[in-house]
Amino acid sequence: MALVQWTWKGMSTPVQSAKLQMPAPFSDYAMGPAYDEMFRANGRPRTHYRHLFTQLLNLPSEELYRFKKQADLSFFNQGITFTVYGRAEGTEQIFPHDLLPRIVTSSEWATIERGLTQRITALNLFLADVYHERRIVKDRVIPGEIIYTCKHFRRQMLGVKVPRGVYVSVAGTDLIRMPDGRFVVLEDNLRVPSGVSYMLTSRKVMKQIFPALFRKCAVRPIEQYSQALLSTLRSLAPDGQSTIVLLTPGNCNSAYFEHAFLARQMGIELVEGRDLVVHDNTVYMRTTSGLQRVDIIYRRVDDDFVDPLAFRADSTLGVAGLFNAYRAGNVVLANALGSGVADDKAIYSYVPKIIRYYLDEDPIVDNVETFLMTDRAQRDEVCGNLEKYVVKAVGESGGYGMLIGPHSSREQRAEFREKILADPRNYIAQPTITLSAAPCFMNGRIEPRHVDLRPYVLFGEKVTIVPGGLTRVALRKGSLVVNSSQGGGSKDTWVLEN
Amino acid sequence: MLSRVADSLYWMSRYFERANHCARVLEANHNLMLNPSKLPTEERWQRIMTSLGIAPAAGGIDPQSAMVNLTSDAGFESSIAFCIAASRENAGQVREQISSEMWEGLNSLYHKVTKASANLEADTDPMRLVAAVREGSYQFHGITGATMNHGEGWQFIQLGKYMERSCALPVLLDAYFSRAGEADTLDWVGLLASCAAFESYCKVYTAELKPDSMAEFLLLNPEFPYSVRYAVERMGAAIAAISKTSFTKASGRIERIAGRLRANLAYAQIAEIMMGGVHRYLDDVIEQCNSLHAAVHMVYIDYPIQSALEA
Repeated sequence: MALVQWTWKGMSTPVQSAKLQMPAPFSDYAMGPAYDEMFRANGRPRTHYRHLFTQLLNLPSEELYRFKKQADLSFFNQGITFTVYGRAEGTEQIFPHDLLPRIVTSSEWATIERGLTQRITALNLFLADVYHERRIVKDRVIPGEIIYTCKHFRRQMLGVKVPRGVYVSVAGTDLIRMPDGRFVVLEDNLRVPSGVSYMLTSRKVMKQIFPALFRKCAVRPIEQYSQALLSTLRSLAPDGQSTIVLLTPGNCNSAYFEHAFLARQMGIELVEGRDLVVHDNTVYMRTTSGLQRVDIIYRRVDDDFVDPLAFRADSTLGVAGLFNAYRAGNVVLANALGSGVADDKAIYSYVPKIIRYYLDEDPIVDNVETFLMTDRAQRDEVCGNLEKYVVKAVGESGGYGMLIGPHSSREQRAEFREKILADPRNYIAQPTITLSAAPCFMNGRIEPRHVDLRPYVLFGEKVTIVPGGLTRVALRKGSLVVNSSQGGGSKDTWVLEN
Repeated sequence: MLSRVADSLYWMSRYFERANHCARVLEANHNLMLNPSKLPTEERWQRIMTSLGIAPAAGGIDPQSAMVNLTSDAGFESSIAFCIAASRENAGQVREQISSEMWEGLNSLYHKVTKASANLEADTDPMRLVAAVREGSYQFHGITGATMNHGEGWQFIQLGKYMERSCALPVLLDAYFSRAGEADTLDWVGLLASCAAFESYCKVYTAELKPDSMAEFLLLNPEFPYSVRYAVERMGAAIAAISKTSFTKASGRIERIAGRLRANLAYAQIAEIMMGGVHRYLDDVIEQCNSLHAAVHMVYIDYPIQSALEA
């Protein structure tokens, strides 16, 4: 399920387990060097985890098993499954879900909220600048060639006005927690971020399973996400009567469940490319009562595929003529085309500068230290010590085109060294990072697993971030890969009231 | 409503009804075939195939594999497993249009059928699958009626269900009435059971199984859900409701075809039909259903864009 083309998220140093005497269900809980979400270094639970901790001490493990089964069945019946290829029968499996919530305090959340608000505001200003005046290049803050060589830079968007100057209306930002407990941004996903349906369905299931815990903990609600998304989209058109649709690549797409889910939650039509026609630079959908005009499209189709006339000619998912209608201002696309420039991994390293340049503020949430291979000194350092770094191709996601230094062979490193030298613009490197760990229910025992956090940021008239997000888990012991195709799963994220 | 969505709802419903019809016919015949009969088993299977509208296989029928094919062969287009999968596939394309309960019901039925199909060991297993589909279908119809808006989408679901029934019943009736001379009481019981009609029939005509009465009941009864007339009436009602919400210039054409078919069944006399030949009459019903299907497709689903812009 590429719903989550999850990228690799860092890597742990060998676990040196401090032998601490933990009570019953936690007796196998080995604390490593990573920041632990639930326990302090002395093995005592953090205050905001105390209710969960007490509950777990008092629950027999058969009960947890029963809960786990109940949750899985609920996901299965809702069709939250993904397809495993290559086997004839039982090919559908549920998206792995961990039973124990990940809890975030209100003050931690306040920082995240301010930080992400600042970040999306700056990135939108950056995109407007990139496609219009390019002040940031003229002021020599970012070299022009880094922008123009982005894989997701869209020349066709130069000079195109977008409503309210909003390029990114929906962002899914990947945060990780450093060993010192700080949240940092690992990646901005500004094109068609997915996963929000898991956040919402997982909450619904958790409420059925842990009602008492919810009552005790005062968990902030996230159910308003769909309404917030709808008003964000609505704010992009001047007139309140506009017709909004969600454009999906179709039900072969791994995130189709989510597209259908969101359309239903918002009460808007879920359309495919073949449902839309463009006539006289106006977009219509084919309905049983004839053609109906469409004003706003929440598109979950990549830039390249939206219009075979403007972009990839071999795309069958898009709508011929859509780009012209867009340029004429007759239809709004969210996110705007070309917004991928700002989540390019090389541009990422400039985001702190971007924030300072447009907002004159210091970044509230930091970046992970990133080395640009176009810079000679940085490239020499990385190429000389490849076994210490993670190397990523800038325009890729989903863990493709990546070298994980400490886990690589000599040949792989040699191959990457050549690739980097041949095309330095295409690569960046980051030091290996230890993701934080959270308790997970694994086959009857509670063990730590590494997690990240993806909150969803909405930008329209104002910035809205529902308190929570998708916590992704590397379910395999010791693994740091949270990619769903490689044993990744998710857990519910609880942000507390106070 | 999006044309593609209407199309998917329609086919979801048609395939679902087709699976049910097949399940009913198999269940009725399975019970009867446990009784001895003057007809050889292979010929009895031949009639099951004909009554489901399946062309006779070249090499004859193997009773052993026929049951497995019709229930669980997902590659065989008339099998229950295929139809349930196709119904779910269509539902999956319009999940946001149907209620979550409908999806969950259909999805779990699909998984039940897939799982049962994969391990057919005992010879009672196919019948268990059939029974699951029968129960699942009553549930699904209940859920659909209770949880979904009775708007345009629901009307397309009704249209699909009754269109399928209007097409399938005449085929079934034809298989029995074309060889009415050789049929014995048990065969007629089989026909009634295939339409879940035995009890209802007895309430109207008593347990006296006369071919004319049975033909009248299954063709012209306005109150029995598995009579052709009932199905056609419901189809007509769905079409009227759809053209009310989605009026286009061409809607009139559909209503005309539907109206003629309704009148044909409403004012027909069974004696006349029997005299003129049941086969001819049934053929005519099927043909009119087909042209109705084609007209609905042309007006609501796959219309030319140019004509829509002019309107």
